[in-house]
Amino acid sequence: MSAEELHGHGFGANPSPRIVMMGLRRGGKSSICQVMFHNMQPLDTLYIESTTAPTTSVFSSFIDFAVMELPGQINFTDAMIDAERIFSSCGALIYVIDSQDEYINALANLHSIIIHAVNANPTINIEVFIHKVDGLSEDFRLDAQRDITQRVTDELLDDGLVNVSISFHLTSIFDHSIYEAFSRVVQKLIPQLATLENLLNVLCQHSGIDKAFLFDIGSKIFVATDSSPLDIPTYEICTDFIDITVDMNNLYAVDRRPKSGSRTDPNANSNNNNNNNHNNGIAVNQNTTDRPEPIPPGRPIGSTSRLSNGVILYLQQMVKGLALVCLMRKESMPKIALVEYNIEFFRDALEQLWLIG
Amino acid sequence: MAGARRKLLLMGRSGSGKSSMRSIIFSNYSAFDTRRLGATIDVEHSHLRFLGNMTLNLWDCGGQDAYMDHYFSTQRDNIFRMVEALIFVFDVESKELRKDIETFVLCLRNLYEFSPSSKIFALVHKMDLVILEKRQDVYRALMKSLEDTSAMFSFQVQGFATTIWDESLYKAWSSIVCSLIPNVALFQKHLQTFADISEADEVILFEKTTFLVISHVTNPRSPGFRSDSTRFEKISNIIKQYKQSCSKLRAQFQSLSIRGTDSTSYLDTMTSNTMIMVIMSHKPDIRGSSNLPGGNDINGDGDESLADEAENNIILANIKIARKMFEKIEMMNPDDR
Repeated sequence: MSAEELHGHGFGANPSPRIVMMGLRRGGKSSICQVMFHNMQPLDTLYIESTTAPTTSVFSSFIDFAVMELPGQINFTDAMIDAERIFSSCGALIYVIDSQDEYINALANLHSIIIHAVNANPTINIEVFIHKVDGLSEDFRLDAQRDITQRVTDELLDDGLVNVSISFHLTSIFDHSIYEAFSRVVQKLIPQLATLENLLNVLCQHSGIDKAFLFDIGSKIFVATDSSPLDIPTYEICTDFIDITVDMNNLYAVDRRPKSGSRTDPNANSNNNNNNNHNNGIAVNQNTTDRPEPIPPGRPIGSTSRLSNGVILYLQQMVKGLALVCLMRKESMPKIALVEYNIEFFRDALEQLWLIG
Repeated sequence: MAGARRKLLLMGRSGSGKSSMRSIIFSNYSAFDTRRLGATIDVEHSHLRFLGNMTLNLWDCGGQDAYMDHYFSTQRDNIFRMVEALIFVFDVESKELRKDIETFVLCLRNLYEFSPSSKIFALVHKMDLVILEKRQDVYRALMKSLEDTSAMFSFQVQGFATTIWDESLYKAWSSIVCSLIPNVALFQKHLQTFADISEADEVILFEKTTFLVISHVTNPRSPGFRSDSTRFEKISNIIKQYKQSCSKLRAQFQSLSIRGTDSTSYLDTMTSNTMIMVIMSHKPDIRGSSNLPGGNDINGDGDESLADEAENNIILANIKIARKMFEKIEMMNPDDR
């Protein structure tokens, strides 16, 4: 692992938000990237090989951001100069700690990394993922979080670093906590966040919507939400709702692969193509079928679902791989035309935001 | 007369996957959750109401050798009498295939004696453990010997390759349960009428709790993109997962409508035991360019959303009207023909 290699894997000229992921080896960094950005099933991450070189996943949807994962074996003291180059060009540093293992070494490593990172880039956000918490009981999780938070902040205080923006998240790839944590990380990096929240607040107030989220369809992280309190079951059901909308759409979508020249070519050999697509099956636990291609252009996709407790889930596809997911009461249904009218304005606002930004 | 009771025997060697299957289909377990299940002690009875007037009496028989010996000796009478269907599960990785088939033959022999008119189903399970290219061959090889043995007792065996990790499980169980519904042809006929009148591309009738497909109708003139032959099972699987997520919010979903790029699907309650899914493809010629009279069309598809709304209401109205007919079919005495 030479300095040149590390140098060569920089973010290049990409000015959009960049996130660097570090941590000791076997902490779970590659698994997180695979599950979130490459649609791998959480159970399949057992078979991932150890990462030997820095890997960058470029994630381009609403905002192009790149996640660079540095292998755990890197000895940082060797390649420090180049590491500073990386830190100075990134917005957030995610440090993954394996909570099921002894984390004292990880904390020492984290401490030295923070020092270097803050020296290179004082505005960097440090995010600590206390990972693999699915194997711990509830009390243990809180204990671990408290312990780690205490130790890290104490050490930083000892060194006189007071203005470090650092947050701690309990995560696991086997449930929605990783998505939620990643959403929070990404939100801090989006310059348009305040505007988006404001737009959502206005939309909710004027349309009788209880809760609205702006989700990224591919990775299911939420970019923004309105100011009403967020609870996790709501977030989870919205992600599941997106999954079924996309799955059902793909089941009945016309095969638009480049080989069939025209857009709607029902006589193309969609038989073979679709079967190859769908032979991965659906893992019943969490995620969904392989989604090799983004939703094709056309009228925006939407879906509605009524639940027995009077809640209505409403999804509308927005620009750039985003989707607006709202929860409303069933009393709003008779006025759904007005809600849709408002949402059109919201969509226009999003389009303008991205034209400018 | 009370509703029909159909007795189903679920048998197979120990560890073949019988209880896991049962929990997934009938008890809303996810595939991941089934690892918690332990060995079944003797016979576990479940009574499952299906379609209102039919009760499935599922006998999940523990597969340990000790229990199996009992079934074929002291409990023969009890187990094999009045059976409507035998579902025998073969573990594709079994090292004692010979013994499995022998057990199967013993079951057939007893059934021949006590319930000669029962249906026979063989599930070749845990197919996910076989590599993709070999699956067809492995399945065919096993089925050949099973077909031969069943023929000895003049039974016709129907086979399925299944795994809990994809939708094949739903296909197998849908077929099994449907073969037991006495008036399934009537459902099919009325569903066809419904589909013709609604000009739908596809109409599927699901049972509400298990989401097994009772009947489906496809319009032959619909666009050729309906080529995925496993789509029904996939829909069962997808909707079942959605059901489970909704239960996290302590609610159940009542209806679902998804407007996709090429078609719109509507899922709504039909009767108290069934749900119906109607799939209409988007017809490009109807989406005309006429503007709303006197209106401000913000983004040019105001007329499209009007047409959507109209279609939505029409489908829902059709479902409402059809409901009575379907309720009547369900309530019909199952032993009338």
